[in-house]
Amino acid sequence: MSIGKPLPHDSALLHVTGAARYLDDLPLPAGALHLAFGLSTCAHGEITTIDLSAVRAAHGVVAVFSAADFPEMPDCSPSTHDEPLLATGIVHYVGQPIFLVVADSHLNARKAARLGQITYTERPALLSVDDALAANSRFEQGPIIWTKGDVARAIAAAPQQIEGSFEVGGQEHFYLEGQIAACLPQEDGMHIYASTQHPTEIQHKVAHALHLPMTAVRVETRRMGGGFGGKESQGNALAIACAVAARATGRACKMRYDRDDDMMITGKRHDLRIRYRAGIDAAGRILGLEFTHLLRCGWAQDLSLPVADRAMLHADNCYHLPDIRIESHRLRTNTQSATAFRGFGGPQGMIGIERVMDHAAFAVGRDPLEVRRANFYRAADPHDASSGPGTGHRVGSTYSPKTTAPQTTPYFMEVEDFIGHELVAELEKTANYQARKAEIAAHNAKNPILKRGIALTPVKFGISFTLTWLNQAGALVHVYQDGSIHLNHGGTEMGQGLNQKVAQVAASVFGVDPAQVQITATDTGKVPNTSATAASSGSDLNGMAAQAACETIKGRMADFLADKFGTPASAVRFEGGMIKAAGETFAFAQVAAWAYQARISLSSTGYYATPKITWDRVQGKGRPFLYFAYGAAVTEVVIDTLTGENRILRADLLHDTGSSLNPALDIGQIEGAYVQGAGWLTTEELVWNAKGQLTTHAPSTYKIPACSDRPRRFNVALWGKPNRENTVGKSKAVGEPPFMLGISAFFALSNAIAACGDGSVYPALDAPATAERILAAVQRQRRV
Amino acid sequence: MTTNAKKAAGQDMTEVAFLLNGTPVRIAAEAPTRTLLDFLREDQSLCGTKEGCNEGDCGACTVMVTDAAGSRALNACILFLPQLHGKAVRTVEGISGPNGALHPVQTEMITHHGSQCGFCTPGFIVSMATAHLNGQTDHDTSLAGNLCRCTGYAPIIRAATAAEAAPIPDWIKTDAGILSAQISSGGEAAGRGGQTAPPFCPTNSDDFADWYLQHPDATLIAGATDIGLWVTKQLRDLGQIAFLNRIADLQHIERQGGQLHIGAGVTITQLRASIAPLHPSFAELLRRFASEQVRNAATIGGNIANGSPIGDAPPALIALGATLHLRQGDDLRSIPLENFFLDYRKQDRRPGEFVAGISIPESTPALRCYKLSKRFDQDISAVLGCFNITVENGTVTSARIAFGGMAGIPKRASAVEAAVLNQPWSLATIIKALPTFAQDFQPLSDMRASADYRLTAAQNLLIRYFHDRAGTATDVLQVQA
Repeated sequence: MSIGKPLPHDSALLHVTGAARYLDDLPLPAGALHLAFGLSTCAHGEITTIDLSAVRAAHGVVAVFSAADFPEMPDCSPSTHDEPLLATGIVHYVGQPIFLVVADSHLNARKAARLGQITYTERPALLSVDDALAANSRFEQGPIIWTKGDVARAIAAAPQQIEGSFEVGGQEHFYLEGQIAACLPQEDGMHIYASTQHPTEIQHKVAHALHLPMTAVRVETRRMGGGFGGKESQGNALAIACAVAARATGRACKMRYDRDDDMMITGKRHDLRIRYRAGIDAAGRILGLEFTHLLRCGWAQDLSLPVADRAMLHADNCYHLPDIRIESHRLRTNTQSATAFRGFGGPQGMIGIERVMDHAAFAVGRDPLEVRRANFYRAADPHDASSGPGTGHRVGSTYSPKTTAPQTTPYFMEVEDFIGHELVAELEKTANYQARKAEIAAHNAKNPILKRGIALTPVKFGISFTLTWLNQAGALVHVYQDGSIHLNHGGTEMGQGLNQKVAQVAASVFGVDPAQVQITATDTGKVPNTSATAASSGSDLNGMAAQAACETIKGRMADFLADKFGTPASAVRFEGGMIKAAGETFAFAQVAAWAYQARISLSSTGYYATPKITWDRVQGKGRPFLYFAYGAAVTEVVIDTLTGENRILRADLLHDTGSSLNPALDIGQIEGAYVQGAGWLTTEELVWNAKGQLTTHAPSTYKIPACSDRPRRFNVALWGKPNRENTVGKSKAVGEPPFMLGISAFFALSNAIAACGDGSVYPALDAPATAERILAAVQRQRRV
Repeated sequence: MTTNAKKAAGQDMTEVAFLLNGTPVRIAAEAPTRTLLDFLREDQSLCGTKEGCNEGDCGACTVMVTDAAGSRALNACILFLPQLHGKAVRTVEGISGPNGALHPVQTEMITHHGSQCGFCTPGFIVSMATAHLNGQTDHDTSLAGNLCRCTGYAPIIRAATAAEAAPIPDWIKTDAGILSAQISSGGEAAGRGGQTAPPFCPTNSDDFADWYLQHPDATLIAGATDIGLWVTKQLRDLGQIAFLNRIADLQHIERQGGQLHIGAGVTITQLRASIAPLHPSFAELLRRFASEQVRNAATIGGNIANGSPIGDAPPALIALGATLHLRQGDDLRSIPLENFFLDYRKQDRRPGEFVAGISIPESTPALRCYKLSKRFDQDISAVLGCFNITVENGTVTSARIAFGGMAGIPKRASAVEAAVLNQPWSLATIIKALPTFAQDFQPLSDMRASADYRLTAAQNLLIRYFHDRAGTATDVLQVQA
């Protein structure tokens, strides 16, 4: 069984030798052309004049396109046809593409793209949440509101009320490989290479733009140099531009955004303001709660609606909230169109409730961990989770005896698999949380300048696409007559090791070494109608589809041997690269050759659709998720109260990946996600100026974590118990959930800030907690 | 006149010759601002070296460059081909040995799962192999210039640590043994049809001084860590260029009469190594100056002449009381460094005059340098405060305080200095002096910090300096869980 083995990434050897090919490394046919966009410098306005004569005259320029060249402007939107490839009359943000340069080199295209002379009649630009609210500028008619219970009564009846409002910043993906696509015109259509998480979407959009059937567009993706959600929809424009230019010139076209262009043009994680009002009791239990999410969605709809939905779906995190109201505003602003980013709104929803927990604990003067626990969902299934200290506790105002009846989320889904109690208890012990808390308090009492803080935060993250139909996948497997196995599926590889995991699944079915399984580029010509590799679903969906395909072929091989030797097919064994039947052992390759000669098909598709899920997003009711993935983190930090400088000193993570398909890859996802999550909440600050121009558009100004920003001490462990749902190998999805472990860093900083005061002022930290924000919060403590 | 114009003109570089993964290459220097990265990827089909940011901030393009001074990691995206003349370049493809043998850092990166998407990995491999060759084991420092968005760095550090004890592969050692004469002899120069005049590449400062008098509008390039971005980001044509990296007599550090004389061509890496025992706080500041790759290219002269208000070296040098040496033709003059910075991007530098070097005292135990930036490593200062206050018998007898990021130039805090001078060295004196910061500085708000933060933090740095000198813990980097 290769499932469960900590094998290296399938491309590890190629990575370390520089031999792994990314799109920009592929040789192009002679005469290939290179593209660049000319960008808007105005946040909102009418284009008055466009003079592209200098662009056309520039060295190496072959063609230039603007809105005037298109009878019908191609659309790039993944949702609602509101993203013209090039601005048509109105510009909606600084960075919006207005014209397209086609030149003989990347550099010449970039140089020419600077030469456009464009004038605008400026319109008022809506840049902030407040601007958009005042103008009632939004997607959908009004806010989406989900209500469970009688919230107003519950809050009013509670012994104590807390309320607050805080800002949560966005996040630039900063995939190391920028957006890139290429189009090679064929005699019968277009062959697109794209660095995309969603080849089918590119196929669909290019076909639409060129008025071709989808069959005439083939999209291939071998690997991405990072995606993180930023290549779910943001690569559409490049592929469409290449296809349009390739059709016009008959030549191969490639487009690659320079890093600054990439950051100026493409969407980022949604930033938002979260308002909350809660009624709590003396133990910090949340008796009633109201959330308002005010998300800045940018100029186009893109994926903002499901992102905002998922923020609402994670407004509970691990906590049972009997009376809750969530109001979500999806605001349209004159900024980049915010898009998918690891967690897809989940982190934004989750940090809201963690803030409420932190604030409630402060208000009642108890340890935040105690308060979190007091609010946990009940451990529903005694077989899965029996020993949690929170079982059988009082919830809300009614006594809940220990029972297996699951509690429900704010969207009325039963939480059947809650393991938070035992997982957090285990982490509390291994991280030595209580003793360290005492030690930190002693340190803080002695040190006037440097203060330490600690926090433990849990994660419960719902697994499945909330757009139910996306929960399907296909695979295509061939066994060749020499026994080698060709594996293809609809998922894309962006570093997460999906291909290796799926290869391990395939190898396990056939009982062969994973090295015998040839991983191949994702190709819309092989597996059609795929979903984006997103929502952490890659191995759940594609692993099951590949398993189904492999089982079909294996079944045929077993039937063949059963026939040949007059033995039951169920008695045929595939293991160790051999096949055992009727007391004899044959090499897998031998049986493959025999089966071929006996005219047995050794090729099969496989298909999977996630069971059990139903969802009504308007009502906010149903079971949007097959299951939840859990985790928890303890982070310890130190802050300098004179400057706000800070360090993560130690992080202990315990994360649930079910029965891991590959523990090494899973730990890699968890470590990386934690650091990325902590980055989101600390150093990664996006700044727009008063004109709506993003001023942090390069790594010189936008600071993702560097090497030394990782925790000095970094302990990561897997929970390791099987998924109670019937997933591939009983594993759980891992891409997104551990991102939210980084939230513990934010509340550890809050804890350190609180140590500067007398307990009368809640730190009320905004995110990202830059040194500047931390210093301001420290000063609020000391002003008392 | 030590040389004549004719001799100077003889140093126009028409060909660039270097060793690339052990093989000599010779190319025409017709496009002197073509970057090594573009040359590798577009002309040599060596696509292992990646473009991540094209501005020297991500390290995905890191290459190893070897010359007589040793091997160092550099960013290929802001390295112009003429800078490589006579050197040996090793890309990720050359880190593996003949017949595909892996370097220990490659083996350990696989073992420790150090790659995920793999796009940053070649840059990491080259940085790690270079550190391995040089015996550097402070991996956080040597890898600060390599960004990874997938792994969270932990497995990469595990790999680097695991590889420390492994022997240096033979094929990595060979570059250092090859003389530049040999490098220049092989291959046939291939032109690319550039339009610019050949760059001037002097090997001594006399030649350069003469030439620069005649070409006062030329662009001077030493490390190209800033000017590189003029080309890759601003897409500027630099006109007439002189590359200064071969002027050997500007690359010395000499101790004389209690002073350290530092040539303008000394790199930040060399300076850091030299001053570490003398000025540990300044050396620690230089550890956080950009990244390993940038420090290996950037020169102290460039950092000063550039005149940036957020250059990291000038405030420390001003606090040290540094003397700047300028040269115009045969005329030499020396001025206090703070007098060089006149206004935003305006320096006291005459046409044809260049920064030749700087002198600082050998020992200044009171010096402390505090850099505040959004990210600890490889970031540009929001505020940089450097303090050098002498206290005798409890009284302040001299004070030199300089800041970066607080004005249009690196600037002395004269009012603050006056407020503490001849006062008792006490927290009360400092608190009393805090309002004078507003006389010295009216900082700007930008994407790095607000004006309020800058001013408050600058004041608090003086408080930190007091506590620091009193032995109170003030450095978050010193705290361990």
